[in-house]
Amino acid sequence: MKRRRPAGVTSPRAGSKDVSKLDGLFDAYRDKESSEDVIGPEGVEKLCKDLKVDPTDRLVLLLAWKMGAQKMGYFSRAEFKAGLSELGATSVAQLRKALPTLATEVRHPHTLEQFHRFAFCFCLTEPGQKIVDTDTAAQMLGLVLPGAPFVEPFCEFLTEQKDYKKINADQWNNFLRFSREVRADLSNVDDNPAWPVLLDNFVDWQRARMQE
Amino acid sequence: MSLHDRKPIELENGWRYMEDGITKLKRILEGNKSEAFTAEHYMMLYTTIYNMCTQKPPHDHSEQLYARYKEAFEVYIREAVLPSLRNHHDEHLLKQLKQRWDNHKIMVRWLSRFFNYLDRYYIQRHNLHPLNDVGLLVFRDNVYAEIKKAARGAMLKLIEAEREGEQIDRSLLKNVLGIYQEVGMGQMECYEKDFEEHMLKDTAEYYRRKAAVWIQEDSSPDYLIKAEECLKDEEERVNSYLHVSTKPKLLKEARAETELLKVHQMQLLEKEHSGCAALLRDDKKGDLARMYRLFNRPPKGLEPMAEIFRKHVEEEGMKLVREATEAAEAKKEKEKEAGKAAKEAGGSSPENNFIRGVIALHDKYMEYVQDSFGNSSLFHKALKEAFESFCNKQVANASVAELMASFCDNLLKKGGSEKLGDEDLEAVLDKVVKMLAYISDKDLFSEFYRKKLARRLLHSTSASEDHEKGVLTRLKQQCGAQFTSKMEGMVNDLQMAKEREKSFEEWRERKGLAGGMEMNVTVLTTGFWPTYKQLEVGLPDVMMAGLEQYTQYFDELNSKTRRLSWQFTNGTVHVKATYDKSYELILMPLQAAVLLPFNDAEELSYGELRELTKLPDEDLSRCLASLTLSKYKLLSKDPASKSISQTDKFRVNPKFSDRMRRIRVPLPPVDDRRKVQEDVDKDRKHAIEAAIVRIMKSRKALKHQQLLVEVVQQLQRMFTPDVKVIKRAIDSLIDRDYLERDANDQQLYKYLA
Repeated sequence: MKRRRPAGVTSPRAGSKDVSKLDGLFDAYRDKESSEDVIGPEGVEKLCKDLKVDPTDRLVLLLAWKMGAQKMGYFSRAEFKAGLSELGATSVAQLRKALPTLATEVRHPHTLEQFHRFAFCFCLTEPGQKIVDTDTAAQMLGLVLPGAPFVEPFCEFLTEQKDYKKINADQWNNFLRFSREVRADLSNVDDNPAWPVLLDNFVDWQRARMQE
Repeated sequence: MSLHDRKPIELENGWRYMEDGITKLKRILEGNKSEAFTAEHYMMLYTTIYNMCTQKPPHDHSEQLYARYKEAFEVYIREAVLPSLRNHHDEHLLKQLKQRWDNHKIMVRWLSRFFNYLDRYYIQRHNLHPLNDVGLLVFRDNVYAEIKKAARGAMLKLIEAEREGEQIDRSLLKNVLGIYQEVGMGQMECYEKDFEEHMLKDTAEYYRRKAAVWIQEDSSPDYLIKAEECLKDEEERVNSYLHVSTKPKLLKEARAETELLKVHQMQLLEKEHSGCAALLRDDKKGDLARMYRLFNRPPKGLEPMAEIFRKHVEEEGMKLVREATEAAEAKKEKEKEAGKAAKEAGGSSPENNFIRGVIALHDKYMEYVQDSFGNSSLFHKALKEAFESFCNKQVANASVAELMASFCDNLLKKGGSEKLGDEDLEAVLDKVVKMLAYISDKDLFSEFYRKKLARRLLHSTSASEDHEKGVLTRLKQQCGAQFTSKMEGMVNDLQMAKEREKSFEEWRERKGLAGGMEMNVTVLTTGFWPTYKQLEVGLPDVMMAGLEQYTQYFDELNSKTRRLSWQFTNGTVHVKATYDKSYELILMPLQAAVLLPFNDAEELSYGELRELTKLPDEDLSRCLASLTLSKYKLLSKDPASKSISQTDKFRVNPKFSDRMRRIRVPLPPVDDRRKVQEDVDKDRKHAIEAAIVRIMKSRKALKHQQLLVEVVQQLQRMFTPDVKVIKRAIDSLIDRDYLERDANDQQLYKYLA
């Protein structure tokens, strides 16, 4: 059983031999045309194929989170090495085996919250950007919190409604809490009057639907 | 027996002597007036006792004498007093009782004097009741104890008789009750237990019976008149023969008042044809005043009445709302049929009548509160709540705030339909401003008022500057300086314009530009004035030249620190026109822009006009309508249909003629109600955000509910903010990093510096 470490902490356990192995691994997927030292979207796709996971799979997102990836679709060398070291993987095969442990790791509520927050930031493409458009957010939410209460209806609501074209971190973060605290029949929604207006609108929408 | 006899007196002997004296006393009491005690006899009796008490034991007979003293009373009572009393009944019993009591008191007085020596030493030494008290106690235990019930019965019967209207001997009652009190020896216990308690119960019974009958038979006012009389009677009764401590108990604590008033309160108030609501409907001020007086007595007695009052006033107000709405709709229907566009609300319009009705209603019921309801704060509050409820409803799709602004406009403009003298006008304006207190959306009123004020000022249709200023002062007093700051700015701008006129003319002369188009320019400070539609208008050259001149002048004046943008939606142009005779036409700049091209062309199509004037269709159509379809047909249209279409062609109407030489061609303004509401909503959003930031800045951290409460409080004066709008504002501020949610407490907001 691998020892659990809080995500984002880079403490390479491998020795120098392992480090060079990681570099080699990185170079295999690295974007040759680009001047930056990153694995680009093509490389990521190739990596996913080798890992036998779909690029849109949740596990990939979890991997990105483990690496602390800043930009969607790109892994920098440092991120790549840090993430794989954390998982104790030096080869693709090992990485493949290690992926499911990530899923287990985020079962813990606190870790899930961190992952959830990360997911939002991951969607921000421009520097200084603070909002994510609703369609992207809906897709991302489905990936991050599959099966959690209200996720499906909320994603549907997000794409359907027209009041908000984008959502901010506050609304995103509040959704997780909403999903945890509010009962399925929405009976205790009013216990907390401070839900963002977006969630209030969702409650109205959901109530209307439940009546049908 | 000689005084100087040194032989000790035997008890029996001495007693026999005393008994003689006592018997004599009894005879006197029974009415034998021929007898009396001489001083000598009295001395003898006293001395006998003295001797018997000062003798040396075993001849010291103090103890026995004390006992026999008491016995003497008992005997007399047993033999004479009680039998006599037992023979009498009712009132006669009372009279006898009184007589006997007086007698007894005399007896006690004499005997205690005879036996006085006992009081001095014997009693004190042995801690016994003094002789006086013994006498009282004897009476109490023997007479009073037996008779009290019968006496009480007799008294209650008398009281009931008096209530039914008979005359009774009040002093007799007072005296007998005096007995009950005296017998208590300083405590009111006897009086209370043996009389008062029963009397109170009796009273309650009596009034319960009476009330039950009256409530069925009488109308509320009649009942109340009777009730008031009864209460007055009872009070008088207490004052005249009952003990003063009975008064509160009789009147209040669950007795007369309760039975008469409290028990039947709701019935009285709600009686179909004579209850409180009915009295209000029929304007029975006197009856209402009595009702108020009476229900003021029991605690919380006024609350139901105030509630009925409030409901009634609210209903009356809602009736006004309904009537006005119906009248307005009817009018619209009529006008639609006649084919005319809806005119601006005239003087006797249903809207203005509504406002006048509201004012009248307020005056009427304020008078009630002040006169009939003793200026009670409870009723003031009821009145306020009632007005607040219907003043915030819509009348024919307009808010009351808008109607009030229109009403003021009507009063203040020239040619308004109200022709009132100065004083009356002031009074009405004063009342309207006071009504403002009941409107929760005061900022809506402010917006409408400001728009209409602007129009009055810019078209010089204000009837009197003094009145305008007067209203602004009153508004400032009522709602604070912030409310009127913009409007005052507007008035100032106008004054500035007058001053600048002269300097502009001088500047023109200096520049040798005099002789151009005559023009007066009013510079409006943006922010004070309502926002007007920015239109680019293709004006005739001569007008453009004038505009450019002024812009130059203004730039020079302010060394290009401020920017002028021209407003063509207000202002007037005087155009000389020659039809059959020469006329002076007073037009809006837009109309002038449409008309003047006909100097150069005989016929112009809609499209050509649009190109020349650069006006949007909406405004062009309106202008053309005012020139071709309304009262003054300056242009003729081909085809001559009743509306403007984009395929029409226009030419100067050769048949135009009018009696007057100077004609003002009105261009009805588009008073967009929706736009005003939009502007107000926008301002409110800003106000809410500003309030939130202010509050959070000073508190640093605040819980959600608390924040809502404080925001509402801060903005109360101008409008009642909607919770949802506040939440949106909070969200928006979080978005812009003014606030953040606390990481641990989701309901707590923190201020981000």
